Amino acid sequence: MNTNYSPAEMMTVAAARALANDDVCIVGIGAPSAACNLARLIHAPGIVLIYESGTLAARPNVLPLSIGDGELCATALCTVSVPEMFRYWLQGGRITTGFLGGAQIDRFSNLNTTVIGSYAKPKVRLPGGGGAPEIATSCGRILIIISHSKRSFVEKLDFFTTLGHGKGGDDRARHGVTTEGPTKVISDLCVMAPDPRTKELTVMSLHPGVTRDQVKEATGWPIRFADKVAETPRPTAKELAVLRELHARTAAAHGEAA
Amino acid sequence: MAEVLDLAAAVEANVRDGDVVAMEGFTHLIPFAAAHEVIRQKKKHLTLVRMTPDLIYDQLIGMGAADKLVFSWVGNPGVGSLHRFRDAYENAWPTPLALEEHSHAALANAYDAGAAGLPFAVFRGYRGAELAEINPNIKEITCPFTGEKLAAVPAIKLDVAIVHAQKADRQGNVMFEGIVGVQKQAVLSAKRSIVTVEEIIDEFGPHSPNAVILPDWTVGAIVKVRGGAHPSYAHGYYERDNAFYKAWDPISRDRDSFRAWIDEHVMRKGPDVFAAHAMRAA
Repeated sequence: MNTNYSPAEMMTVAAARALANDDVCIVGIGAPSAACNLARLIHAPGIVLIYESGTLAARPNVLPLSIGDGELCATALCTVSVPEMFRYWLQGGRITTGFLGGAQIDRFSNLNTTVIGSYAKPKVRLPGGGGAPEIATSCGRILIIISHSKRSFVEKLDFFTTLGHGKGGDDRARHGVTTEGPTKVISDLCVMAPDPRTKELTVMSLHPGVTRDQVKEATGWPIRFADKVAETPRPTAKELAVLRELHARTAAAHGEAA
Repeated sequence: MAEVLDLAAAVEANVRDGDVVAMEGFTHLIPFAAAHEVIRQKKKHLTLVRMTPDLIYDQLIGMGAADKLVFSWVGNPGVGSLHRFRDAYENAWPTPLALEEHSHAALANAYDAGAAGLPFAVFRGYRGAELAEINPNIKEITCPFTGEKLAAVPAIKLDVAIVHAQKADRQGNVMFEGIVGVQKQAVLSAKRSIVTVEEIIDEFGPHSPNAVILPDWTVGAIVKVRGGAHPSYAHGYYERDNAFYKAWDPISRDRDSFRAWIDEHVMRKGPDVFAAHAMRAA
């Protein structure tokens, strides 16, 4: 049994497994990008990865530091302008899956990437929405990867950057949105999914060694658990090896020691 | 009609205090050399437009060139915050900075509308997003045919667009390759433009009939600045200097170390220093 892996590696592996070979996925930078490329290298060789810089079907050998790194364009099927990317490909409904991260998430999988504190006088000014507000409403479904802590899993978002399930239930439809929205949230402690009716996040599986109390302690609201909570299958030796090689290639390419 | 100038003359002739300026490039082809010339000429009260203000606007904002920033994602990608931007916004240092914040889809559509000569852009966006409540330039419009509610934002109208491209030919046509971002739209949305290029060649030679080219009669000033996108990159010429993007974090955290860096690398230098970066293999 392999127990020699970090919570972050478990999170990336669990996120990668949520992707399928026939997904057409628009990829956020950072953790989503690592998970999407791990999926491509392990079990989903046919997955189409799209980055909002305009690169269609990118197959990067190293992870990009920025969303428009040359590696993406050099390995892509083709590259379109940024207006075409957002108009034809995203808004046009040609992307099945959006993979997002965030600084804060609430019980209905709404995301904040704008500010901590008030908008006018923020404690921390975050980057802002970027592509997320329209990715969240235009893609068929949304996957979210975010580290678990009381600072990130909050009762109330400081800013409502990106629509998840809004106020729950059928609130997306009330905003005129017809896509499915967040279907899975993967953290370094567990995998969560929205309740089919209320859309409130529910813990579906705990990562090996993680307790319910740990999840409760790291969540800013009384989080719900499924009737039967599974254990997330631990990373395989192959998943860990491929992920570590990817990170090592990336570090070397960015001019750092691995 | 495009005119080949040196960088100082191009900025002097085209960038005026108070202008609405976009220096575009989506990670790729960011016109750093031109921005440094704007800093050297101490331009003030600019409204800076850019989808992804990264180091280039951190440097301009830190030197007090801007009154306002129009943007959709602000940060040092993969690294963290822009410290000069935050100091200006949070502490008004060295001058106060007003924000107009959008999503990428909004600004991409707004550039497209600007290039198309339309007054506004319409798109399916901002649904359930709080920005629509705090930015008065985000409106809702009803489709006259289907009744669908859509988002509308004003078209981008620039005094000056500043972009970098791989090459121009003798006639002044400009070719972009790789991640082309919104550069073409920015130039076509602007009254005036400056295009810095890696090289000026007699003729482009064999190329795709669908190449991204701005014809000479749509371009203002053309300036040859080898390496002029560094630490961004020019596809086919040199790679992104990711190590510099990481190094910028400690340089820019502190006001004094920032000012010292600008003094040494911008105020006391000219565009020629960028050529050294073009030697890095692509």
